Amino acid sequence: MDPAVLTGASVAASVLAGTSAVGVWLRRSTGRLRPVRGAVDSGRTPGAAPTAGLLAGLGVAPGTPATLVQFSSAFCTPCRAARRVCAEVAATLEGVEFVEVDAESRLGVVRALHVWRTPTVLIVDAAGRVVRRATGVPDRAQVIAAVAPLLSDAEATVP
Amino acid sequence: MTGAVDRQPGRLLDPRGPRFAAALTSVVLVAVLVTGSGWLALAHAAVFALTAADPRRGPYGLVFRALVQPRLGPPSELEPAAPVRFAQLVGLAFALVAAAGYLAGAPVVGAVAAGAALAAAFLNAAFGLCLGCEAYLAIRRLLRPTPSESGP
Repeated sequence: MDPAVLTGASVAASVLAGTSAVGVWLRRSTGRLRPVRGAVDSGRTPGAAPTAGLLAGLGVAPGTPATLVQFSSAFCTPCRAARRVCAEVAATLEGVEFVEVDAESRLGVVRALHVWRTPTVLIVDAAGRVVRRATGVPDRAQVIAAVAPLLSDAEATVP
Repeated sequence: MTGAVDRQPGRLLDPRGPRFAAALTSVVLVAVLVTGSGWLALAHAAVFALTAADPRRGPYGLVFRALVQPRLGPPSELEPAAPVRFAQLVGLAFALVAAAGYLAGAPVVGAVAAGAALAAAFLNAAFGLCLGCEAYLAIRRLLRPTPSESGP
């Protein structure tokens, strides 16, 4: 057989194998709401977080028990599904607000918050701390479970 | 701000169409790699260009609507056309580089470009992931070092 054909066929085979591995990994990691390091340790310290100013600029109202901040872009198919999940949770649970941000027009904030892909969903607490984040479409039950402790904290601090 | 990101809210596609097209694209790109044919890569660049112009009227879109869609039920949801068109433009760029590489006697360049395009098409066909769309924000971040912030 022509060696060029063999080379081409083995390039194709290795691309397909490598892409399958990446696809499985992406599918497994997408949408998982991960705790943000640092936020958990400083979770009980009073005062505003360093990210509070940035997030307020996006429309996050300080003092809201839980805000879902979604970064979207025009070329983003799963953004629609993520928006549906977030808007639904915000509509069902009192104390949860939803803010959607066009990532392209806010590249400064996108850099500061280390957003690389859309959709990225951040869960922000009353002090303006990013508590959790997910890349991809988050699961509705996971979002509810993630905001629940923030809502009970808010209730506890009301005199 | 909700809704501000949908620039073409009226243009929606059956998501199974682009996925069917990605499967056919993967087959053609495997053939490009095996045969090393620059002309085949160039022909597929034309397919990418036509599909980018209108995903529903691209060659594979027409096949999908004529042969596949009538056998399927209605789609459970629709997707916006803009990401699909962007991904086709990314594919077009890679196909043109591949065609130029093979035709100019630089088969390594051709194979790298065709391999990259195959990875993106196969990821879309097998996993429903749009690599070009995923990379879009990252590309914008890297290309614009000094951000200009528009109003809130």
